[in-house]
Amino acid sequence: MVIERIEAQLPGAVLDQHAFRGDATITVSGPRFLEVVDFIFAEGFQLLLDVTAVDLETPEFRFEVVYHWLNLVSQERLRIKVPVAEGAAQPSLVSRFKSADWAEREVFDLFGIPFEGHPNLTRLLMWEDFPGHPLRKDYPLDGGDPFCTQDIGASFSPEARSLNA
Amino acid sequence: MKPTPKSTQPDGDRMIVNMGPSHPTTHGTLHIVLELEGEIIVKATPNIGYLHRGVEKLGEYLTYQQFIPLTDRLNYCSSLMNNVGYTLAVEKLLGIEDPPRSQVLRVLCSELARIGDHVVCIGINAVDIGAFTAFLYLFRERETIYDLFEMMAGQRLHSSFTRIGGLFRDIPPEFEPLCGQFLESCQRTVDEMENLLTHNPIWADRTKGVGAISPENAINWGYTGPCLRAAGVPQDLRKAQPYLGYDSYEFDIPVAGTGDVYDRYLVRTEEMRQSLRIVRQCLARLRSIGPGPVIIEDYKIALPPKEKVYTRMESLIHHFKLIMHGIEMPVGEVYSATEAANGELGFYLVSHGGKSPYRIHVRPPCYPIFSSFDEQVRGRIIADAVAVLGGMNIIAGELDR
Repeated sequence: MVIERIEAQLPGAVLDQHAFRGDATITVSGPRFLEVVDFIFAEGFQLLLDVTAVDLETPEFRFEVVYHWLNLVSQERLRIKVPVAEGAAQPSLVSRFKSADWAEREVFDLFGIPFEGHPNLTRLLMWEDFPGHPLRKDYPLDGGDPFCTQDIGASFSPEARSLNA
Repeated sequence: MKPTPKSTQPDGDRMIVNMGPSHPTTHGTLHIVLELEGEIIVKATPNIGYLHRGVEKLGEYLTYQQFIPLTDRLNYCSSLMNNVGYTLAVEKLLGIEDPPRSQVLRVLCSELARIGDHVVCIGINAVDIGAFTAFLYLFRERETIYDLFEMMAGQRLHSSFTRIGGLFRDIPPEFEPLCGQFLESCQRTVDEMENLLTHNPIWADRTKGVGAISPENAINWGYTGPCLRAAGVPQDLRKAQPYLGYDSYEFDIPVAGTGDVYDRYLVRTEEMRQSLRIVRQCLARLRSIGPGPVIIEDYKIALPPKEKVYTRMESLIHHFKLIMHGIEMPVGEVYSATEAANGELGFYLVSHGGKSPYRIHVRPPCYPIFSSFDEQVRGRIIADAVAVLGGMNIIAGELDR
C-alpha cells in the first residue's frame, strides 16, 4: 500500500488515515504537502482527478482541501486531505498538474481559499464582482439578497438591469 | 460603484471575437473569448458559469433521495447515467447493494444512455463542421432511445429513474420487443453513419490532426473517457474497476492513437457498437433472471410498496419516517466514480449523519477536458475551434453545475 510507503519515506507527514468503505484516505499537514505530492507522483499517482474543499467550521483549521488521485497502472485511488485555516494559502499544484488549474480556481471562487503560485487565480463559476463565497457554510442558501437590491457592482446596476436603457 | 473591468483589452493588431454565450456551435451556454491575428487563434479564454445553478449548495439542504432529480440536469444528454452514478455513491456510503435484476436494468439503461450521448456528440460535431446528413440519420435512433426511456421511467429527458437501493419500477412488457427492434436498426444506422463520415475526405480534412494530444499530456490535463482513450490510454472504469457486474459482460474497449477529433469520433463510434453488444446481453440476462424485486426490501432505506402503506401500521410509519426524516446515514466520506459517456463521473459525499449530506461534490468529466481548450486551439484557425469543441462533447449543465 502506498500509505505505508509514504509513512516510511516521509515520517511525520501523515497526520491521520482511514479507509472508510475502502477509500484510502490520508490527512497531510500543510507544510509537508508538496513533499507528499512529489512522492506519490513518482509512485504513479499521475492523474489528479479532482480538487475540492469542505467547510468544517472548526475553530483552528476551518477548511479541508480534498484531493483525489488515481494511479492508472495499479488502479489504486488515494484521497489526500489538507487542513487549512481561514485566510491561509494552500500551495498550488498547477506547475505539476494542469488539471489543478480550473479545479483550484473553483475552490478559490466557491470557498475563498487562496492558492499560492497559481498563475491566474480569478473567479470561474461566479462573476468577477460577486460578493462572498457561496459554498461556505455561513453563506445563506438564497444568497441573502435575492433581488440584488444592494450595490454589488456594475453588472447589477439599475442601468444594466433595465431593458429600456 | 466602480465599473466592471473589461477582462480582455484589444492588444495591438489582435481582434477579439466572442464565441457565444449564445451561438449555435457552443452546445449550451458557453462563452469563449478568442484573440485572433488574422484567422489564427492566439489565445482562447473560456468563460464558464452561465449555467451555474449551485447544485452542490442545494444538495446540502436536500435529502439524499431529493438530490436525484438534480443529477438529471447535470449531463442532460444521458441523465440516466447520472442517476446511476449518484445512487451508486449513496449506496457505497450506506454499504448496501441493489438486487440482481436492478443491477442488470441499470447496466441496460446506462448503455442506452451512452449510445444516446454519443449520438448527440457525433451528430452535432458533424453538423458544426457542415455534414448535416449524419445528424439526421443518428437522431432517428435517439428518438427511439427516448421512447424506451419513456417506457422505463415515464419521462423522456429528465428520467430520475433510480432510487437509493434500486429502481423506481420494473420495465413494462412492451419494452423488450421495441428494444430488440432498436438493436437492429441502430446497428444499421451506425454502419450508415460510418459510410457517410469515416472515409469522407471533407470530414477527414476537417478533423484529422485537429486537437491532437499526447497520452502524457492528456493524463496531466485530467482527461478521462473517450478523449483519453482516443489519445491511446486504455482506461475504462467498466473494465478497470468494475461496478454493477460489468466484469461479467463481454465487450471491448476501443483505443486510438493520436487523440485528435477524428480519433475521438472513431472511439465513440466503436463504443456505440460495444454498448449495443452489452444491451443485447442485458436483454438475455433479464429473461434468464425472470421477474423479481428491483429495489431492496429494507424499509429503513427504500419506500415500502403502497399496498402495505395503506394496510399495515409499520409500513405507514416507515413511509412517514422516510419522507419526513430521510435515511439515517452513517458518518463518513466516500468518492464513487462511474464511467459516464464523457469520462469519469465522480460523486464525493461527506456525511455527518442526518438526512442531508454535509458536503456533496460532483466531479464532471468534461470540466478538466474543457480546461485544456486554450492549448488545443492555440495556433489554429477559428473553424478548428468549432471542431475541437464538438469533439470534446462539452455539456454546459455538468460543466457549470
